[in-house]
Amino acid sequence: MALRKIERIVAPAVHVPGEDIDTDRIIPARFLKCVTFDGLGEQLFYDARFAPDGSKTGHPLDDPRFAGAKVLIADRNFGCGSSREHAPQAIAKRGFQALVAESFAEIFFGNATTLGLPCVALERSSLDQLAARTRARPETIVTVDLIEKVVSTDDGWRSPLSIPEGSRQALVAGRWDPLGELLEGREQAQALAASLPYARLERIGTEGGRRA
Amino acid sequence: MGQSLFDKVWDLHTVRRLPSGETQLFVGLHLIHEVTSPQAFGMLRDLGLGVLMPERTFATLDHIVPTDGHQRPFRDGLAEGMVTALENACRAHGITYFDRASGHQGIVHIIGPELGLTQPGLTIACGDSHTSTHGAFGAIALGIGTTQVRDVLATQCLALTRLKVRRVEITGKLGPGVYAKDIILHVIRHLGVSGGTGYAYEYAGSAVEGLSMEERMTLCNMSVEGGARVGYVNPDEKTFAYLKGRAYAPNPASWEAAVTFWKSIASDPDARYDDVVRFDAAAIAPTVTWGINPGQAISVKERLPAPEEAITAADRSLVEEALGYMHLAAGQPIEGTPIGVAFIGSCTNGRLSDFREVARYLRGQHVAPHVRALAVPGSMEVARAAESEGLDRVFREAGFEWREPGCSMCLAMNPDRLVGDELCASSSNRNFKGRQGSPTGRTILMSPVMVAAAAVKGAVADARDVFAIGRA
Ligand code: SF4
Repeated sequence: MALRKIERIVAPAVHVPGEDIDTDRIIPARFLKCVTFDGLGEQLFYDARFAPDGSKTGHPLDDPRFAGAKVLIADRNFGCGSSREHAPQAIAKRGFQALVAESFAEIFFGNATTLGLPCVALERSSLDQLAARTRARPETIVTVDLIEKVVSTDDGWRSPLSIPEGSRQALVAGRWDPLGELLEGREQAQALAASLPYARLERIGTEGGRRA
Repeated sequence: MGQSLFDKVWDLHTVRRLPSGETQLFVGLHLIHEVTSPQAFGMLRDLGLGVLMPERTFATLDHIVPTDGHQRPFRDGLAEGMVTALENACRAHGITYFDRASGHQGIVHIIGPELGLTQPGLTIACGDSHTSTHGAFGAIALGIGTTQVRDVLATQCLALTRLKVRRVEITGKLGPGVYAKDIILHVIRHLGVSGGTGYAYEYAGSAVEGLSMEERMTLCNMSVEGGARVGYVNPDEKTFAYLKGRAYAPNPASWEAAVTFWKSIASDPDARYDDVVRFDAAAIAPTVTWGINPGQAISVKERLPAPEEAITAADRSLVEEALGYMHLAAGQPIEGTPIGVAFIGSCTNGRLSDFREVARYLRGQHVAPHVRALAVPGSMEVARAAESEGLDRVFREAGFEWREPGCSMCLAMNPDRLVGDELCASSSNRNFKGRQGSPTGRTILMSPVMVAAAAVKGAVADARDVFAIGRA
């Protein structure tokens, strides 16, 4: 499957501060009752953005100065907790094209990459500088460059980024959705399945299992 | 040098190396539920793809089912829609589906082992982060996203990067009133909520060997709370004894071959690990969380930390944020913090042994008048077994509501939830902001027996004192 090559994201950014922001906070569970991901952008960070009475809390996402942001800057261990893909989906549906943080939780990172949403890490001191710069000058244009492996701003600040090499390769080569490759290996997978040591074990009985 | 179980099972299931450098890994068992999987069938439909090996996928309902009666259609139209979507998909693709009528409905991580689907040496995937639970049997079991559910349905494979392996050794004897839940909260407290990123945790040592299968499931369940996507225990005689006779376990003719295989995939005595950490079981006390992530935990006898004690600015702000959200004051004891709700259930602690252990101490006791207390069996099988022993009566007489199986108050997707800033003593696994259904609701994680003690006292309490545990 030919996919878009993701080499460089050039856009304004917004910092959403907080360590260990979990996926329940990114998209509260009550919004998971959907059979498609389409409407999730509106509900991103909902409980942090709205007080119980529905009034706005002044979250950075609702700050008009950051309305054009397409790069989301987070802190440490972003996306921990539930494996819900609704979290990166909500971020993507909201219009974000890249995430920059000190670190990401593993399942979140994988889910985001598979959607073509790059997650890159910066040293903490660089991350704090970047966040401070975008706060001070919201129109700052941030470049996340996956070829050069650098995050930079339009006023000359730069910092090396880190991202697992396999994920970087997949993004820049337009192979971030692995389904096409997995499909190519389907026959090999079937052969492997037949040769597994447990393939020939017989089960007691499938009593109770119901074909719906 | 020898190999770890992780290395052996990974190699066994490796189909090939992908151009990206990732592994195409075959998935032996795929479990699905109504929240993260229906969308994957929609993706398949859009691509014109089918399900490659429907006999390797099993479905159930857990997250959104009400626990006060399962009559269909559900009052919640959105919930009804998701369940219908899953049912239709299972019917269309020939996937076995454990609904109420099958008699085996329950939380996906409880019914997999119960049915004998979960076995040593398998690779197991499910669109749910607590899939790590199944590692208790010596499987590589991991949570995946919905797009990956699509991948497994279409190809029975995942594209994954190999994990490193950290051996987490817990030796010695647990004190009375200390459980697997306390071990894992203690481990996460010390290794951190992101300490396991990039690792599979192999739990080993005499204290782990001494745990029952159900306790091992509790331990592996919360690996993901420590950042480790996979956690496992090497299979042993307890594992084999648990599986014998279960519906999907090998039959007598295949049993010996199965056990031979299962033994062969256990870690070699001289296995290589990327890291080894050790804990002393005797040093672990009943442990409770005080903050907004599972690593923010202390023993019930400790005092709450102060922001000034944190080393980095980030940690300081996290402590402040947590104390503020929890309405707790630095330096105060956690014991005595009043609670409004008590919840025993979830894929962490909703199994028969959990209810049995609590019932031992609950007889003759009563929940404090201002506390709403819920006991929710993790599956229909757990409920049947508990009820046949009369445990439901013990809970009811003590003032608990005895509910029908489901995820219930573990997460905010069904009618069981906190109201306002209620504080809940909970046997579940996540104390995130808003996790239990109210955006300002507060959660303190602990073992089921500690939840019972808190329910009886109306405040966080040391179960060893409340129930005179370990005293003759
Ligand atoms: S009990 Fe809680 S953690 Fe477990 S599967 Fe259900 S919602 Fe997830």
